[in-house]
Amino acid sequence: METYALEMKGITKEFPGVRALDNVTFSVRKGEIHALCGENGAGKSTLMKVLSGVYPYGTYDGQIFINGKEVQFKSIKESQDAGVAIIYQELALVGEMSVAENLFLNHDLMRTKIINWNKIYAEAQKWLDQIGLNIDPQTKVNQLTVGKQQLIEITKALTKKTDILILDEPTAALTESDVEILMKLLNDLRSNGVTCIYISHKLGEVMSLADTVTILRDGQTISTDPIDELTEDKIVTKMVGRELTELFPYEPHKISDENILEVRNYTSIDNTGKKNIDDVTFSLKKGEILGFSGLMGAGRSELFISLFGSFKGKHTGKVLIDGKETNIKKPADAIKEGLAYVSEDRKRYGLVLGMDITQNTTLAALHKVMKLNVIDQALEVKNADEITKRMKLKAPNLEAKVGQLSGGNQQKVVLSKWLMNDPKILILDEPTRGIDVGAKYEIYKIINELVEQGVGIVIISSELPEVLGMSDRILVMSEGKITGEFLREEATQEKIMMCATGGRKK
Amino acid sequence: MNKQPSTAEGVQSEKGLSFKFDLQSYTLIIALVLIAIIFGFFTGGEFLSSRNISNLFTQMSVIAVLAIGMTLVIVAGHIDLSVGSIVGLTGGIAAILQVWYDWNTFLVVIAAIVIGAVLGLWQGWWVAYRAVPAFIVTLGGMLIFRGILIGLSKGQTVAPMDESFKQIGNSYFPYVPGYILALVSIVLLVFFTAKNRQKRQGMGLLLASPMIDYGKIASYSFFILLATYMLNRYYGIPVPILIVVLFAIIFIFISSKTSFGRYVYAIGGNPEAAALSGINIKRNTLWVFIIMGALSGIAGLLLTSRLNAATVSAGNSYELDAIAACVIGGTSLMGGKGKIVGALIGALIMASIDNGMSMMNIGAYWQYIVKGLILIVAVWIDISSKK
Repeated sequence: METYALEMKGITKEFPGVRALDNVTFSVRKGEIHALCGENGAGKSTLMKVLSGVYPYGTYDGQIFINGKEVQFKSIKESQDAGVAIIYQELALVGEMSVAENLFLNHDLMRTKIINWNKIYAEAQKWLDQIGLNIDPQTKVNQLTVGKQQLIEITKALTKKTDILILDEPTAALTESDVEILMKLLNDLRSNGVTCIYISHKLGEVMSLADTVTILRDGQTISTDPIDELTEDKIVTKMVGRELTELFPYEPHKISDENILEVRNYTSIDNTGKKNIDDVTFSLKKGEILGFSGLMGAGRSELFISLFGSFKGKHTGKVLIDGKETNIKKPADAIKEGLAYVSEDRKRYGLVLGMDITQNTTLAALHKVMKLNVIDQALEVKNADEITKRMKLKAPNLEAKVGQLSGGNQQKVVLSKWLMNDPKILILDEPTRGIDVGAKYEIYKIINELVEQGVGIVIISSELPEVLGMSDRILVMSEGKITGEFLREEATQEKIMMCATGGRKK
Repeated sequence: MNKQPSTAEGVQSEKGLSFKFDLQSYTLIIALVLIAIIFGFFTGGEFLSSRNISNLFTQMSVIAVLAIGMTLVIVAGHIDLSVGSIVGLTGGIAAILQVWYDWNTFLVVIAAIVIGAVLGLWQGWWVAYRAVPAFIVTLGGMLIFRGILIGLSKGQTVAPMDESFKQIGNSYFPYVPGYILALVSIVLLVFFTAKNRQKRQGMGLLLASPMIDYGKIASYSFFILLATYMLNRYYGIPVPILIVVLFAIIFIFISSKTSFGRYVYAIGGNPEAAALSGINIKRNTLWVFIIMGALSGIAGLLLTSRLNAATVSAGNSYELDAIAACVIGGTSLMGGKGKIVGALIGALIMASIDNGMSMMNIGAYWQYIVKGLILIVAVWIDISSKK
């Protein structure tokens, strides 16, 4: 029988109320690049956290073998000592320190009584040369591009005698030239016998790099196949192949011919010079529900945050609301134009957790409850009461702090806040993330009610069934571009996933 | 038909408007009462005499004015370390203008307030529009303004002030008008409560039981009358205290009834959510510092008037007393949380400790130690009550 570099057998991991991993089997051969694919929330990251000891032995069921020997990691340190290194999307480097210091942070070389800097720099230079990076080891890390930092992080892992290297979405933040360097490095590592687990949404990269692909879906292993037996289509089918079981209260409704929002050739460049929205053109009609699908980091949230005037960076292109050209520079302008943006992270961007329900509800529309520049508290409570009743908010009273509410009720407070302004265009970014089924259903009902009144609604969602179940029309984004457009009738999970992974341009 | 409040669909329940048990404000009042009892006991009742209460209130007035502004600054998520120096500088300029240049009292008062506001504007600009942390900007301001004061006054003490100027900090509101003022404020309290109840009823909102609303008024009235009586047994209500009360009312109103006040709490509570709600963070932050500067100017006037002189060290370390008053009063240094009333009680607690301990002839060094300990314990109570 073949010994695998890594074998995970019958891994089951439960969180309160959710089974994130269900009897997952994952076997990686020595010296191969093994891609791990799946939708958002399929369980990829959880599986890797089990492997790397973030979830210690005993908090999951199942067995892990490395080179045929069973291991029981109780901490990240133990997995590192066994030669498992994981590199996350968010880098774990100390920006103010030099490349050499980062490479050998917590390394034996640093643990001597007196640090021999010359030796450390020389050692660092050796490693950088070996990887093929032309960087001075005394450079501060924060002066390097994100791509170079990623490579430093990989180098750091290699200095610790890494046998199994795990890369979680390594190219999400990289420019094309950095991606090329990374690809080359991974190919070199393979020929040196390092085993690599590659988590990526980008199927193009997977096809050109991987030897074997394992697909997870809803916390279960769907298949493990050699790359020759796969095509992008086959991978996508396996990733999404599930029934639309959830209930969506979509109701056919009248959509006007009037464009309420028109975006033409919109491009935005962030502070680091990365183009995160690339020449996007689309329109939204009165009373239409427009779904925005795509994988994480595709630029959907960035697009709407930018349209809302809250993005730091430059943008070009035209935005027309009700046929009139607008110049939105800050959220206050956007609100005046009738836009409302319910963000994907309600705790961070939507709510002031220390304030009560009433105060959160009126925060963006305070002028509506003021008389002669004075807040009329009775009127404020009355308005808050009306709108939250419409949202079917469940709370002990309106003076409760929103921090004490459940996720679903917090989301209803955010919705109440924006509906206070009677918006013409409502942008919902992951409106039902982390919300229980009952509250989800109520939020869908509210969406139906609003389009009936002629509001144009954008739903950004990573959950395909939600987008398919609620939208009149669906746009798909990938790497800052719109890569597909489907009417409700013609959209399928496979078609959308194909566009989202950049597999096929329409 | 019988209309019953249905809690299933309605958000409000009767319970929601009943007496809210706000632990923080009660711990404060309990602490204050304990302090009064302890000092009253050890000084043979002298601590609670009319004369001493009058002195105590007058002593706390400068810090109390600063604490009102500091509450806004800290709630907005910032800090102002320069207020002591602004007190010194504005008070010093007031004395220089009057003693050296013969300006009349009215102009001097206006000048000091305007200069305070301009200094606040300068600092607010750095904080809001240049994104330099307030700690740094105001630490710099603390040095700069003290330096300017020493330069302008050539290191001398400037005195004496005109009689009219001295009145600001040293006169009393006499007996009869004092009672009239107390009665008027009680009448206004009743009037606004009744009006508010009527309005809520008109809008179909739930009302707190009359017992609670009018019970509150009864207890407030009792304290207003008691304080007036005690102060009238001495010379009357000290004018500095009237100034504190006036500004407290203005800023309690601003913080709870205007959009500016609401925005300050939102900015301190969650700047990102506030920005996405269309709030202009920079402009509101700037105004917070302008207000702090203007209030420091008023505090500077009070101090110079009470001392009848301006010295180069006037107002030294007042910023720390003001910050401590806010923190003891329940203001969170994380921003977004804090009440002006709490800060005033905090200032009263600090002043009581100074006053009571010196009456007991305990060495001045103990005052520092005790105040420091109280500060730490107050924050510890706040943190542990949240768990």
